[in-house]
Amino acid sequence: MRHLLSTRDLTRDDAVAILDVAEDMADVSTREIKKLPALRGKTVVNLFFEDSTRTRISFEAAAKRLSADVINFAAKGSSVSKGESLKDTAQTLAAIGADAVVVRHGASGAPQVLATSGWIDAGVVNAGDGTHEHPTQALLDAFTIRRRFFGTDARGRDLAGLSVVIVGDVIHSRVARSNAWLLTTLGASVRLVAPPTLLPVGVNTWPVTVDYSLDDSLAKPADVVMMLRVQGERMNAAFFPNAREYSRLWGLDDARLAGLGEGTIVMHPGPMNRGLEISSGAADSARSTVLEQVSNGVSVRMAVLYLLLSGEREDLA
Amino acid sequence: MPERTVLQQADIARALTRISHEILESNRGADGLVLLGIPTRGVVLARRIAALTGEFSGSAIPAGSLDVTMYRDDLSRGRVRTPSPTEIPPGGIDGAVVVLVDDVLYSGRTIRAALDALGDIGRPRAVRLATLVDRGHRELPIRPDFVGKNLPSSQHERINVRLTETDGAEFVSIEGGEAA
Repeated sequence: MRHLLSTRDLTRDDAVAILDVAEDMADVSTREIKKLPALRGKTVVNLFFEDSTRTRISFEAAAKRLSADVINFAAKGSSVSKGESLKDTAQTLAAIGADAVVVRHGASGAPQVLATSGWIDAGVVNAGDGTHEHPTQALLDAFTIRRRFFGTDARGRDLAGLSVVIVGDVIHSRVARSNAWLLTTLGASVRLVAPPTLLPVGVNTWPVTVDYSLDDSLAKPADVVMMLRVQGERMNAAFFPNAREYSRLWGLDDARLAGLGEGTIVMHPGPMNRGLEISSGAADSARSTVLEQVSNGVSVRMAVLYLLLSGEREDLA
Repeated sequence: MPERTVLQQADIARALTRISHEILESNRGADGLVLLGIPTRGVVLARRIAALTGEFSGSAIPAGSLDVTMYRDDLSRGRVRTPSPTEIPPGGIDGAVVVLVDDVLYSGRTIRAALDALGDIGRPRAVRLATLVDRGHRELPIRPDFVGKNLPSSQHERINVRLTETDGAEFVSIEGGEAA
């Protein structure tokens, strides 16, 4: 693996291989010494042009557990605020000797540009680009689902036969996009539920089905209910009348939680707007995997960094 | 490339039986022993030795596996290596006598990695090494305690170990080496 830019590039076997390596990484996290020497001497740069808590910390923890050196870069307080371009920032990092660049950027496609422009020859991991993709989030979601449903028997398996409902702000959600591709690649069936204003144009070309009513959709069998964050910061138009109406029609409240089938799990990529898309009752219930998703995130990112940075570097394509 | 079989199924069984007796003898019984196989075939061998020692001493020695991939010194060369699971028996390894089990001992670098991996998991009282085949050409000061068969070989030759559980056949063969 040279870069991880999109879950669309992953085949079923690639994805299962990443999840299997993540299982081994998760075993390490249960030990007293949570460290492996695999990436000793490698430098990982976290290049974050957008705010993030869990993704940046998660990548940092993952790189450090593999003994890599980590450089954190936040656009705030850097020369980017003086007007430095992505190219100059990237080349500065290359000059420092970065082996991998984990990039989050507000513009969709920025990681793709970094990976293909020839500015740097480091491996690029997309940690969220605009409203495009967030592949490691989808991988950790798939990992969490696989662990919840198959437990210790999870290795080597995909998600065939499971049905996943993704609810909410799909149009702004890179998590929804990455999950739609990855989960269907792994054999799960994906339903999107959202008001029509929060569905992107062209959703009919995605490998998913679409429902507009949450109650109708939850009346059908669902193994996983994934609630998306309502991304207020990206909403520059009236996508729904008001928060109360959104919550009543598309939020996972305590009544809908109680109506879920036995064994159905509730996921949320975080940060949660409690009371808007998810009630506190749902977020803190035994069905909720929110905290598991965070700890699994470290294992999955360790797997991605390991697969990206070990082995002979392939020639630039 | 001529391939010649050096150990048949019965020879492998005999070697493992002898190794099992030697392990029990050197430890004066099965107490405090833990067998850790190095994936892939070392794990199979460790399980077989555990079963044999159980037969001979009455109490089965716990057996597990120890993946050394992340501790190798050649990770940045060649293809990306995918790790295998590490399974430490429930009792852990602190204070135990750990016997590492591998199929072929060659440069000794895998065992060096295994010693590092062990250090991150616990602190055994002692570490021993059992190997089905010792083919020589050590590059590190490492020496086995229990050997199934010493097989002096040229570095141009290949040693193939095949076990029923992993390969559906059971033999050890030596291949190539006309350049030697």
